[in-house]
Amino acid sequence: MVAIYLALVLFGWISIYAATYDDLHPSIFDLAKNHGKQALWIGLALVIGLIMLFFDTRFFETFAYPIYGFALLLLVGVLVFGTEVKGAQSWFVMGPISFQPSEIAKFGTALALAKYLSIHGARFDQLSIKLKSLLIIFLPGAFILLQPDVGSLLVFISFLIVLYRQGLSGWIFGLGFIAIVLFVMALFLKQYQWTIFDTLIEGKVAFIAGLSALAAAIYYYLRRRKGSLFIIAASYIASLGYFLSVDYLFDKVLKTHHQNRINELLGIVSDPLGAGYNVHQSKIAIGSGGFSGKGFLQGTQTKFHFVPEQSTDFIFCTVGEEWGFIGTLILISLFLTLMSRIIWLAEKQRSVFTRVYGYCVASILFIHFTINIAMTIGLAPVIGIPLPFFSYGGSSLWSFTLLLFTFIKLDSERKYVLR
Amino acid sequence: MNNLENRKITVIALFVVISLIFIARLFFIQVIDDSYTSSADNQALRYVTQYPARGIIYDRHGKILVQNQAAFDLMIVPRQVEGLDTAAFCELLNITEEEFEIRVEKARNYSSYRASIFQKQLTGADYARVAENLYRFNGFYGQKRTLRIYPDSVAAHVLGYIGEVNSRDIERDTVYKSGDFIGISGLEKQYENVLRGERGREVLMVDVHNTVQGKYQDGALDVAAVSGVNLVSTLDLELQKYGEQLMRFKKGSIVAIEPSSGEVLCLVSSPNYDPNLLVGVKRAANYQLLAQNDSLDPLFNRALMAKYPPGSIFKIIQALIGLQDGVITENTGLACNKALVGCHNHPAATTLREAIQMSCNPYFHQVFKRLINKGYSSNYFEDSALGLDEWHEKVSKFGLGQRLAIDLPSLKSGSIPNVELYDRIYGKRRWAISTIYSVSIGQGEVEVVPLQMANLAATVANRGFYIDPHLVKEIDAEHDSIIHYQANNTGIESKYFEPIVDAMQAVVDKPGGTARKARIDSIVVCGKTGTAENPHGEDHSVFVAFAPRENPQIAIAVYVENAGFGGTWAAPIASLMIEKYISGTIGDTLKEQRILDANLLFEPIEN
Ligand SMILES: [Zn+2]
Repeated sequence: MVAIYLALVLFGWISIYAATYDDLHPSIFDLAKNHGKQALWIGLALVIGLIMLFFDTRFFETFAYPIYGFALLLLVGVLVFGTEVKGAQSWFVMGPISFQPSEIAKFGTALALAKYLSIHGARFDQLSIKLKSLLIIFLPGAFILLQPDVGSLLVFISFLIVLYRQGLSGWIFGLGFIAIVLFVMALFLKQYQWTIFDTLIEGKVAFIAGLSALAAAIYYYLRRRKGSLFIIAASYIASLGYFLSVDYLFDKVLKTHHQNRINELLGIVSDPLGAGYNVHQSKIAIGSGGFSGKGFLQGTQTKFHFVPEQSTDFIFCTVGEEWGFIGTLILISLFLTLMSRIIWLAEKQRSVFTRVYGYCVASILFIHFTINIAMTIGLAPVIGIPLPFFSYGGSSLWSFTLLLFTFIKLDSERKYVLR
Repeated sequence: MNNLENRKITVIALFVVISLIFIARLFFIQVIDDSYTSSADNQALRYVTQYPARGIIYDRHGKILVQNQAAFDLMIVPRQVEGLDTAAFCELLNITEEEFEIRVEKARNYSSYRASIFQKQLTGADYARVAENLYRFNGFYGQKRTLRIYPDSVAAHVLGYIGEVNSRDIERDTVYKSGDFIGISGLEKQYENVLRGERGREVLMVDVHNTVQGKYQDGALDVAAVSGVNLVSTLDLELQKYGEQLMRFKKGSIVAIEPSSGEVLCLVSSPNYDPNLLVGVKRAANYQLLAQNDSLDPLFNRALMAKYPPGSIFKIIQALIGLQDGVITENTGLACNKALVGCHNHPAATTLREAIQMSCNPYFHQVFKRLINKGYSSNYFEDSALGLDEWHEKVSKFGLGQRLAIDLPSLKSGSIPNVELYDRIYGKRRWAISTIYSVSIGQGEVEVVPLQMANLAATVANRGFYIDPHLVKEIDAEHDSIIHYQANNTGIESKYFEPIVDAMQAVVDKPGGTARKARIDSIVVCGKTGTAENPHGEDHSVFVAFAPRENPQIAIAVYVENAGFGGTWAAPIASLMIEKYISGTIGDTLKEQRILDANLLFEPIEN
């Protein structure tokens, strides 16, 4: 696992080098450039990783709540004293050092959730326990929503995977999935209208008619079952209400740039020079890499700044352009192996704390991995969220190192813990 | 709890599914769909055309007639123009802001992303001034071109000019792309294929600000431009320049040929123009000005295109054919019977030499009659037709009535009347010597261009043959650098030329000869004057000559329009040219000054 970590970090480092390379600063250790700084961050990250290994396992369990509380304080603090970067008040800047408290909040929440479930997890079928677990997750989530930082918020939603393992019904994901489908359909259908029998039928009306027909069909099929009418009617009304409110939510709640990104993603609007510029350029960069890539330092799209944020959120483009399909395949395989391995090891734990914590780490990695790559290849809207271990930036690299090495430490003591 | 443990499978399955979706998507955009690759190329790579330097044209002694000068097209990429200080930019280019708007709009209409020409062909000095400031103006860059430059401003009609290709050129030959130059006239047109060279290409990487970041793949895809091939012309720069000076303020032409090789030494058409006028952006406007000058018509190449009756010079051909056919001998004497055709007063010609020397019209009337009435048919008219047929064939062997194979476009053939022509004019068997006699003395339906007369002089100098006259002797390529030109035989035995040459020498040398003004003390010049009748005004003065008599080095034809008798103006000009060519200096500076001072135009040329 440490090997995969090192592979990812080094692969990331040379990708940043390639992305920011210029002939004037050919040294990979040049501190004036991102790749030079990243070398420094990597060094510090390794130190952090090693320090984690020297901590006593008890320390994490004991200080789980204090760390969580401290993180919450920081989140409140950043709303007051923080610096606004790209529309989100999410950074503390102190001279040359800047960090995002949401990174610490991830760690704190993972520890707190692990601690809470290690004590009360056995009674997870009780509603109050469920709600308290959700509270632990969404309290920091709420503060982050106030910043607002959609990317970090999604990370907290990923903790639902942990709760799912703990016994949360899978239906909640089904509901979420249906919600997304309805949301997308609502936006899509808005632009369509058909003329049938000389009558202008708007997309929305057509959808409602279809939904009604579906409800009727399901009822007809299940009509023998008791109470089915109630359930079908309730979900029909809920769907309809949600469907009709999407417009409102979309227009009033989301910010304009989020609306644009979503519209662009769904292909409702095509504006390769405006909202769609990033993704358009990103796809060109990745696509032009071909099967085996253009070769190290030979990428033209990423090196010459066609892709914005190419050393941070869009670092995946550099991999795609210079290493081609082979490179992206290896990268995805490394992540998949790492995440699966964490889950696998987590299940082996006798300590519930370690197991839950492992799930948290895997979930956080998973959501970053999913959203970041999906965004660069045009499968998700553009949300500023780094690729773990890869993207430039000390704050995120240290945070992931902290998360991972804490798990490695906890795992190393699995044999001695009897609980 | 056990069943919850199995949920790890679901979670891992979720990871796997997402990874597989990514891999499938990446496989599609990276491996299957290659439209992204071309998009990337279009964005990050700039294909810069490397225009080749056009071939240089040298004179016969290696002096430059036309070469290249650097010029720059100022290119614009409209999308990249941002934060432009329009006022400063317009001041730099010396254009108005309205003009600026119009050009930007035009470029934008072509393409927002691709470069188009904002201002054409800035000269090196102008561009240097612009280039210094170009960093301030995003979206503009310079594209190197070459323009022609003529250091001595001579031989405009021979060299011709180049211009940008039009849509028809591009359609006709895929080698050309919009913005390329192509030879439009003269040698530039004739030798376009060797002069043009091959366009090159440089692939540069540019960043998102359109700043060049170096060569793509270290220049592996670059194609170097191949310069055009240089030509060595047969022209003698000094002689050409001298001829142009002598012909100032005169209409007409001078063509000089080296008889032994057919190399054209000079080809002057006057009035001429400075070839530097038809270069670059000012070409269209200047061309318009030159083309509108109706009375002088400087663009018209008289040496190749002006058709005149040959006049008395034609008597040389009549005499040669008469000798070869045996209808006369060099000792044939014929009466000056003015009833046949008009003549001036002179003693009767007792020999062919005297007839040519004194240019007796009735003499050649009778020679011509003998040539076309040989008794092939008892019917007089039929006999005339058969005779003219035979005569026409023999005249044609002198390169008359047909285009000579010279390596210049736009050559006129002139005309030698044949049976068909007279049948059409007068009706079949309705004509005979009494109808067509003016041909005997080079008037009537006979028309020649000056080049053909110079070629005739060369033929006589060679005593019976001529080599296709030409203007390029070497194409500076690896193979076949020297071009071989065809020799053409007139079918007249060389012995028959001697009496003609004697007579031509007498024309210049003997007291009372018609071209005494062509005499040069140190050189034996053989010549023949002519007067081309001009129905519109004063006759044209004509003189053909070659020199020296033995091993001739130069054959020449001089036409001076509206200058009257051939001996007055054409003969001295020819002699100056001969002397200049053979001796390099002029002995009789008074003669030279008289010519230089003469203005034979009704109006002076503004210069
Ligand atoms: Zn006479």
